Amino acid sequence: MTPPPGSLLAAENLRKTFGPTVALDGAHFSIHPGEVVAVMGPSGSGKSTLLHCLAGIVPPDSGSITYDGRELSGLSDTARSALRRSDFGFVFQFGQLVPELTCVENVALPLRLNGSPRKEAERAALTWMERLEVDDLKGKRPGEVSGGQGQRVAVARALVTGPRVVFADEPTGALDSLNGERVMELLTDAARSTNAAVVLVTHEARVAAYSDREIVVRDGRSRDMERAI
Amino acid sequence: MSIGHTLLGLLESGPRHGYDLKRAFDEKFGHDRPLHYGQVYSTMSRLLKNGLVEVDGIEAGGGPERKRYAITDAGITDVERWLATPEKPEEYLQSTLYTKVVLALLTHRDAADILDTQRSEHLRSMRILTDRKRKGDLADQLICDHALFHLEADLRWLELTAARLDKLRAAVTR
Ligand SMILES: Nc1ncnc2c1ncn2[C@@H]1O[C@H](COP(=O)(O)OP(=O)(O)OP(=O)(O)O)[C@@H](O)[C@H]1O
Ligand SMILES: [Mg+2]
Repeated sequence: MTPPPGSLLAAENLRKTFGPTVALDGAHFSIHPGEVVAVMGPSGSGKSTLLHCLAGIVPPDSGSITYDGRELSGLSDTARSALRRSDFGFVFQFGQLVPELTCVENVALPLRLNGSPRKEAERAALTWMERLEVDDLKGKRPGEVSGGQGQRVAVARALVTGPRVVFADEPTGALDSLNGERVMELLTDAARSTNAAVVLVTHEARVAAYSDREIVVRDGRSRDMERAI
Repeated sequence: MSIGHTLLGLLESGPRHGYDLKRAFDEKFGHDRPLHYGQVYSTMSRLLKNGLVEVDGIEAGGGPERKRYAITDAGITDVERWLATPEKPEEYLQSTLYTKVVLALLTHRDAADILDTQRSEHLRSMRILTDRKRKGDLADQLICDHALFHLEADLRWLELTAARLDKLRAAVTR
């Protein structure tokens, strides 16, 4: 099968089992550059598994994933990790910042891993921290900032490499309404300004309302609500 | 919303002309639906008849919008009573959505499909409100949030119902 025209990342007929558990049972997905797509559905329906497959973290048992015209399964493990570092950014629900590093070091980390010199990396990191309004936390460690602040630091880190796709799995799951809203505003503003695509897993409708469209995953099968109508 | 009480409340800070009342109302509360002049006059004449306001002066030129109204003591008491009385929570027990889902199950149609389509429609409204909220001022934000939380409540019900469809099917087709 061919991915929908113009899509940056597309998956066809994904299947993934964990032992006897069928996590994905023929899931489809596609996203355009600059698009924010919400992935919704009940707990255990396969949303995170879908995200992990799309990001090349977990290989599906069968089905195809194309990113920018390339088939992900055709890449070596090394090439896939390199792609993740250069083209993808990640935001999760919690526990993603390195506790021993300061906030600015955390944000600079993806650039350092890509070989940038420290000074340059931290300068770029600070620019993103300013955009997410957490630059005043630069010298603090993650244990010394609030959940909402930490989440904004995590968003800055996800965006610092200029990713073409941001994967966010319940990015506001641990936040109250006001902080969750702020994180979503900043994340989607930043993504729009860089034309990055955002894959947003959430079970909260008010969070999904920041997306351009939604797909619903149920029992490992996905339903694209826009195309279905 | 009680337009009468709202206009009365606006008069508490001092007498106003009809056109001034309309402007103040629209600016503070008329985000979606500005008042018609007709509504202002009919409301004011009712308040006048009930002794809750009095005419404080008439500007030259005539016409009802030229009348200046002042709140009376009875009017102040009325606003106070209105503010202190809690609104009755709406209970939506006769929800159309519930009826649709049960009917779909009774007629062996795809109820999950109905729920998915409804979710999509709700999200469409929520996106518009979210966008408006992002571009708006604090008043817009509060108004949109109120609508968003209500839509979200519907959606939570939809999710829960989707998760209980098998049980519900068994119960209604028994
Ligand atoms: N590493 C794993 N090993 C075994 N089973 C797994 C693993 N990851 C996921 N599963 C199973 O696959 C199914 C889908 O899980 P997944 O995490 O994708 O759900 P989800 O939609 O993200 O749920 P939630 O909303 O609760 O996060 C579940 O039944 C889960 O138990
Ligand atoms: Mg999950």
